[in-house]
Amino acid sequence: MNSSRCAACKHLRRRCPSDCIFAPYFPSNNPRRFAYVHKIFGASNVGKILQDLPVSYRGEAANTLCYEAYCRIKDPVYGCAGIVDQLNEQLKIAEYQLATIKAAITTALQPSYLLDQSLPML
Amino acid sequence: MGGGTSPCASCKLLRRRCAKDCIFSPYFPPDDPHKFAIVHKVFGASNVSKMLQELPFHQRGDAVSSLVYEANARMRDPVYGCVGAISFLQNQVSQLQMQLAVAQAEILCIQMQQEQQQPPPLMTHNNDHHSGEDDKSSLVNYSSLQHYLSFASTSSTNNVMQDPLKRESLWT
Repeated sequence: MNSSRCAACKHLRRRCPSDCIFAPYFPSNNPRRFAYVHKIFGASNVGKILQDLPVSYRGEAANTLCYEAYCRIKDPVYGCAGIVDQLNEQLKIAEYQLATIKAAITTALQPSYLLDQSLPML
Repeated sequence: MGGGTSPCASCKLLRRRCAKDCIFSPYFPPDDPHKFAIVHKVFGASNVSKMLQELPFHQRGDAVSSLVYEANARMRDPVYGCVGAISFLQNQVSQLQMQLAVAQAEILCIQMQQEQQQPPPLMTHNNDHHSGEDDKSSLVNYSSLQHYLSFASTSSTNNVMQDPLKRESLWT
């Protein structure tokens, strides 16, 4: 077997053709990348997803598939969806905090508020 | 298909007998065939089955929900899938946290100004000590505000998840 097979063909133990759909995105020096996507999506599904995309988008698609697969392996229950939930939660908290501070600023800038603050302590 | 129960959505799609202990049937009822179809298209029935088998029973429902979410995201956006949503949300959180830092600096400024505008308290002792500090307070306020703003802009990134596409060098 040819030693210049891509990581996918090495993993699948097959010949790596010159037009291999995986070769540009799964180089042989990073076997983990393909192992992750193969475990979660399966080689056939990854091949179909890449095949259905224009060539210029395939690199990015391969990257995001790797990332999703990695997240799913790290967190088999929630995967990437868990990260989306956490970010939505952070967003809600930040929005609430911002609204609270903006309200405090508005109150502090009221003329009557300034007047009250300047009353001497008796 | 004993007992007259209809096969689950997965066994219908896969055209096989739906066993009593079918791993899919609790999560893919026959009245929602689309749910399994999407998951099968993106992940494959075999992979989904393996993932579910490796999980305890009480976590399988959540796992299926998240797989359906990710599969839907990937169908809508074949290039980015739900990673696109992660990037978008991360940007939103970053922007909000920067606005928060600015608002916090603003209110600090207002509070400092109000303290300066307040008349000195009617006290007979320590007056000399306080008046000395008031002369320097305007210079101190500006420099401490600048320091606060530079601290706030860096700390706004601490609470945000790191850029997902740079977290691991899976593709270098």
